[in-house]
Amino acid sequence: MPGFSEIKKAFLVSLWFIFLTFPLMVIRINPYENLVSYRWANLFLVGGATFFLSLLSDFYQLKKKETALNNIARPRPKFHLHSRFKRPLAALGGLLIILFPFFFSSYQVNIMTTALIYVVLGLGLNIVVGLAGLLDLGYVAFYAVGAYSYALLNYHFGLGFWTVLPVGAGLGALFGILLGFPVLRLRGDYLAIVTLGFGEIIRLILENWNEFSFGPGGIADIPRPSFFGLQMSLTVSTIYVYFLMIAFTFFTVFVVNRLQNSRIGRAWVALREDEIACQAMGIDKTRTKLTAFALGATWAGMMGVMFAAKTTFINPASFTFLESAIILSIVVLGGMGSIAGVIIAALILILLPEYFRAFADYRMLLFGATMVLMMIFRPQGIFPGHRQIYRFSPERGVEK
Amino acid sequence: MDYFFELFLGGMTRGSIYALIALGYTMVYGIIGLINFAHGEIYMIGAFTALIIASVLAVAGMPDFAILALATLAAIVYSAAYGFTIEKIAYRPLRSAPRLSPLISAIGMSIFLQNYVLLAQTSDFMPFPSLIPDFTFMEPYAHIIGSSEIVIFGVTALAMAFLTVLIKFTRIGKAMRATAQDQKMAMLVGININKIISVTFVIGSSLAALGGVLIASYIGQINFYIGFIAGIKAFTGAVLGGIGSIPGAVLGSFILGWTESFATGYISSDYEDVFAFSLLVLILIFRPAGILGRTESKKV
Repeated sequence: MPGFSEIKKAFLVSLWFIFLTFPLMVIRINPYENLVSYRWANLFLVGGATFFLSLLSDFYQLKKKETALNNIARPRPKFHLHSRFKRPLAALGGLLIILFPFFFSSYQVNIMTTALIYVVLGLGLNIVVGLAGLLDLGYVAFYAVGAYSYALLNYHFGLGFWTVLPVGAGLGALFGILLGFPVLRLRGDYLAIVTLGFGEIIRLILENWNEFSFGPGGIADIPRPSFFGLQMSLTVSTIYVYFLMIAFTFFTVFVVNRLQNSRIGRAWVALREDEIACQAMGIDKTRTKLTAFALGATWAGMMGVMFAAKTTFINPASFTFLESAIILSIVVLGGMGSIAGVIIAALILILLPEYFRAFADYRMLLFGATMVLMMIFRPQGIFPGHRQIYRFSPERGVEK
Repeated sequence: MDYFFELFLGGMTRGSIYALIALGYTMVYGIIGLINFAHGEIYMIGAFTALIIASVLAVAGMPDFAILALATLAAIVYSAAYGFTIEKIAYRPLRSAPRLSPLISAIGMSIFLQNYVLLAQTSDFMPFPSLIPDFTFMEPYAHIIGSSEIVIFGVTALAMAFLTVLIKFTRIGKAMRATAQDQKMAMLVGININKIISVTFVIGSSLAALGGVLIASYIGQINFYIGFIAGIKAFTGAVLGGIGSIPGAVLGSFILGWTESFATGYISSDYEDVFAFSLLVLILIFRPAGILGRTESKKV
């Protein structure tokens, strides 16, 4: 039960926020007709909500203190799936994935494909931000490079999806290296700003260089992916793209998982934790960071090609900073360095606003709030990744 | 030559506005080493508050002078309050967290505030009344330099002088410098660092609000997104001059303003923002410490 002092504090907090939000939330102006109207309902809404939130945060902090005191000796029990259930569950999941497009409309399938694109983008950015600890705010630039490389190569030379896919990936990696080479010696927060600037430069060039990129109007009539030259109806093609994305997702998960536990993956994590110690252990800092950057950009480039092929129309407006921010909040919400976390976070963040339309207006507001709240209350994400631990026992040798 | 002079003054006006925002970045960075991503949004909120208060007062039939004074005051008070609250909610709990955590939190805060204004007000551009009056004594020179430009230069110069005096010669300025140097040591000698950091945010935010009102009334329209671009450019100015240094922030902002002005005037106006971002990227690559900044060697 909250005591008197908590209630008093919550009351003061709500008063402060009523004051803070008064001009923006309550007053509404119409500068063209010189009219001013007041929305008093908002005032009570803000007051009530902040009062409640203040009590909630007090309660949370109290709880945290208690558990911290109780749990000193006892480690938290780890959630572990019994191996007997693993196979049937995987089979069920696989069945659901395969049957999904045949039971739902192509609109739903399209949404799911978009969500899967974000899953892969999240996994790609996870390499850079989650594993290597390099905050990349211009990730969408590589996505744009991929998308435009398909659109332009197709427009000028008539190249098909499968030809451009590796080209897009390669161009993504090339841009990653081009950007990464000069900036990687910068400190973390400067790196974030430079990548942000780079992302904006790419978008502005695409927007203004009409001869090259057709400007803000974008490029239309990009062909969908082909399947050995087979003619496909729109519905069939949607389902085909869905399965392509499923395959891509599995491929990405496989590669990222292998990378994580490889020599270079461990070097990334080590670099994230302590650069100096890492260099002392003989890890080439520049090369390791550059690999992370290039690999992350590769996925973005590939997904760009995929995106262009899926929507058949691209313009620079699809590649704003907000897009980078969405992908970043996927990684942050899911847990930096955690594959399962990123997949689940991407599905939540992309599917939720699609199915709850009322929610869609508040989408970016909630993304922003999520990033702040996650950093404060759960910086490791909803599903934190766990490090592979190797133990050595004299009888059995090294075991995982 | 007239064209050159026009661009020169235009660049200086831009630079002055950037400088007012950049001072906030530089102060916060100097004291807690955080790029306050939400600083641009505070500037935007200042401009919006001024617009709302000015409209309310105009409907109530207040004289122009009172509107200017009260709207500016409201913008400063509200921006300062927002700055204070943001620091308390989003940055203070993360003070001992890894370096990237407060930065991500700041980006989240920036996105949150943008969309808060978008949802609470509008996504359209709003016309902003030109609050600064045309001085009669300036009329003979009106073809060279307008009254708003004079006011903008004057306010920037005053703000910089005020800050320099505050930091160099007052007790609280001394406490700020101490906190910037070593937080633990500052605490040991009895400085309340939480209070000092709050004061820093309040001062920085007030300056941003001033910049917001000036530029909104100079350009004549605002929307919820102005803070993002202005924020990055002001940050560029701060980095250019050497982040953490107050004269550096002003110098850097002026250089940025001139670069933009001349580049758009002589090369192409389509790429206005590209010039700014390229300058930022180049500076960070070749001289991350900035023009007036010192390179610090790190002790292991």
